[in-house]
Amino acid sequence: MALFRKRKRQRRGSSCHAPLAEGSCGARKVVLVGNPNVGKSVLFNALTGAYVTVSNYPGTSVEVARGTAVIAGERFEIIDTPGMYSLLPITEEESVARRILLEDSPDMVIHVIDARNLERMLAMTIQLVEAGLPVILVVNIMDEAERLGISIDIPLLSTRLGIPAVGTAMAKKRGLSEVRGIISNYQRSVHPVPEYSRRLENDIAEVAGLFRSRFTLSPKAVALLLLQRDQEIADLVMTKEGEGFAAVEAKIREKIYARRESFHLDLSLERRKISEKLLDGVFCVPDKRKTTFGEKLSRWAVRPLTGVPLLLIVLYYGLYQFVGVFGAGTLVDFLEGTLFEEYFNPWISGIVKETVPWPVIQELFVGEYGIITLGLRYAIGIILPIVATFFLFFSLLEDSGYFPRLALLVDRLFKKIGLTGRAVIPMVLGFGCDTMATMVTRTLETVRERIIATLLLSLAIPCSAQLGVIMALLSQAPGALLVWFICLLLIFLFVGVLAARIIPGETPMFYMELPPMRLPQLSNILTKTYSRMQWYFMEILPLFILASLLLWIGKITHLFEKMSDGAAPVMAAIGLPREAAVAFIFGFFRRDYGAAGLYDLQTKGLLNPRQITVAAVTLTLFIPCIAQFLIIKKERGAAVAVAIGLFVSVFAFGSGYLLNKILLTTGIL
Amino acid sequence: MKLSEKAEEILEAMWTAIEENGEGFAAMERIGVAADDPAFDELTKLALIEIKEGRITFRPEGRQEGRMTIRRHRLAERLIMDVLNIRGESGDNKACQFEHLLNEGVDAKVCTMLNHPDTCPHGKAIPAGDCCLEAKRSGDLGVVPLTELKSGEEGKIAYIQTEDNKKMQKLVAMGVLPGNPIHLMQSYPSYIFRVGYSEFAIDAQMAREIFITRLQEKG
Repeated sequence: MALFRKRKRQRRGSSCHAPLAEGSCGARKVVLVGNPNVGKSVLFNALTGAYVTVSNYPGTSVEVARGTAVIAGERFEIIDTPGMYSLLPITEEESVARRILLEDSPDMVIHVIDARNLERMLAMTIQLVEAGLPVILVVNIMDEAERLGISIDIPLLSTRLGIPAVGTAMAKKRGLSEVRGIISNYQRSVHPVPEYSRRLENDIAEVAGLFRSRFTLSPKAVALLLLQRDQEIADLVMTKEGEGFAAVEAKIREKIYARRESFHLDLSLERRKISEKLLDGVFCVPDKRKTTFGEKLSRWAVRPLTGVPLLLIVLYYGLYQFVGVFGAGTLVDFLEGTLFEEYFNPWISGIVKETVPWPVIQELFVGEYGIITLGLRYAIGIILPIVATFFLFFSLLEDSGYFPRLALLVDRLFKKIGLTGRAVIPMVLGFGCDTMATMVTRTLETVRERIIATLLLSLAIPCSAQLGVIMALLSQAPGALLVWFICLLLIFLFVGVLAARIIPGETPMFYMELPPMRLPQLSNILTKTYSRMQWYFMEILPLFILASLLLWIGKITHLFEKMSDGAAPVMAAIGLPREAAVAFIFGFFRRDYGAAGLYDLQTKGLLNPRQITVAAVTLTLFIPCIAQFLIIKKERGAAVAVAIGLFVSVFAFGSGYLLNKILLTTGIL
Repeated sequence: MKLSEKAEEILEAMWTAIEENGEGFAAMERIGVAADDPAFDELTKLALIEIKEGRITFRPEGRQEGRMTIRRHRLAERLIMDVLNIRGESGDNKACQFEHLLNEGVDAKVCTMLNHPDTCPHGKAIPAGDCCLEAKRSGDLGVVPLTELKSGEEGKIAYIQTEDNKKMQKLVAMGVLPGNPIHLMQSYPSYIFRVGYSEFAIDAQMAREIFITRLQEKG
């Protein structure tokens, strides 16, 4: 899937001022690289502004953003790469980032680093410089480093490294004009390359001396990567060197064997020594470290005693009050109740009925299941406000650095259901949109984790749209909401524990860097929310229209009645009237459609509290919406998708049956 | 003074009976060495033990000798079973042969390498040697996994030991490098530590694989 972001903003500079404006094909390429959480994307957004495309790197599920910047009349192509820690890739993201460096032959490589962690991040600067890449160093997050009392002599660092360097605070746009100036005036030159110990330099020279061909990276960098057993580079060298590769391979084997004990570690230690030397007199830290408010908040967030109450506060105000009461209540009432029902729908119905003479076609657009009166009303009147408030809440949490803390807090619990703390992010996102969350499960480490997360998302995590309707439905019957909640929680844990036992493989170890907690920037949050909303609409709107269309066909051909008849025994088994079948057929298109169908039945007085509860639980568990099903198929393959679909359907009705029996016997509701 | 292997075995058996089981003496028939063995003569002549009516007791020098003998035996067990990974009966046999080589300072070297262990693989106490007392006095608490640090304690990363090479690379790339100071901030529900100005969270499984040189004990 490729999604396009287009932001309307006036661009700085225009072609009439340009002495020699180059076409986009000739535009110089600038690649942004660096660790995660150093502000690469913020710099990218600040540099580009308009017409950004985000697409999957060919053959992978990793997204890469490309955009253009115009500086002093010249166009530049800017590429934002996924976070990487080292030139030697470990994850798929890092592999993609390096492939961009190798294959896109950039004219400039901007290495963005966190000022506070200059020493360890400089290790990658050294790697980029020794690879012969045209490196520009951007020391970001200077504001927070200064607040901690750290001082950095950037001109001196720049001289020592022999590359341009600039200190910035991108969140506040500080230093942006300097970065633009450096890009604009950049001239490629030969950088001095830091030297390792004599032994290592000898090893490198022996390997590099055997190369016959030239690579994008310097022979030194290629030799080092080979020594680190980098398979991708080995393949590349094999293709380029042809017959000469045998000699290279033999030499590499010899060296790897000779240094088998600790080559990676030795190399890292040598790089650290170089960093220390470069930073001597450049990087000054205060003797006593200050504790910022963010750090205090971070402490509270990660201690169970304070972290759990904090989580409950976040959930109550963020999810319940903001998304539930404000988004699903106030906003929906206004948009759907007032705007659509009172003004827009009567108006559009009038127009359609005047212009289109055939009642069947009138039905298609403005009837009970009309594309406009149902599909559009649903998409804009109900889903838009709920999803918008949820994504706003989610982006706020994401930018504040709260998620990694939540992840470590729940890691122990999640291990029991075969997941690690990392999975908390897709799980929380699932409460917004299960489809999007299913896509995000690809960030999990193992296939096993991805399957368990996908299963739990499609079974027991209701999305925000569905939650909104179900809350409204169940609030009519006291106690029903509690029963529903307990059922889902138990099923979530039960199926999780069961899946962890049944699906072969081990739960991977959990490790995560904790970015500092900080006050999110409003503009960044709005941008994120906006692009998520846009994605959501592109995915959802066609489905809504399709669903309306199918429902319309079902109605005019009386197919629904037949299907309802067919489903009647199943409904009877879980103690529901036969009319409820329609809600479940709706539910196949989208779970919230189904919930809305139940809502209708309830207002007609066809359901008692027990039936509402059973129906709500069954429907929440029931098969995910079509969009989610398609994404499961895309991400996990058809076999897994069908297996999950079947399991979820059987499990949903099975649970409904049991719950009905339990409620009947105990007489709770 | 170098004792015969049989003599060392006698001292060990006596140590277990008298020092550990609190018996007043070791009974000749329960030593496991034939009563007419020349080793008894050897020990008596060196004034290490006294034998009266089938009851053996330590003389003061003998107690010290027994202590060091049992120490060597249990260090050998640790070495054979933990480091060389030879277990079961074959491990026991190898340890018995190995212990006799651990004298004249070799025991101190092995003990330091094993980080001054307190117990043998069977859970019995290893009497402290001079090297252990010295390490204790100098505050060098040795190298321990991150899980053994208390919250708030600081140390230096000694090494990372993991079977998963990729994971080690990742940690190293993140800046978790031997020699870096490390500050353990929290140990439950996950381990949180700080290196430089960065914080990391890992689970217990991973924390067991990062080894730390303790600097000082706080509190």
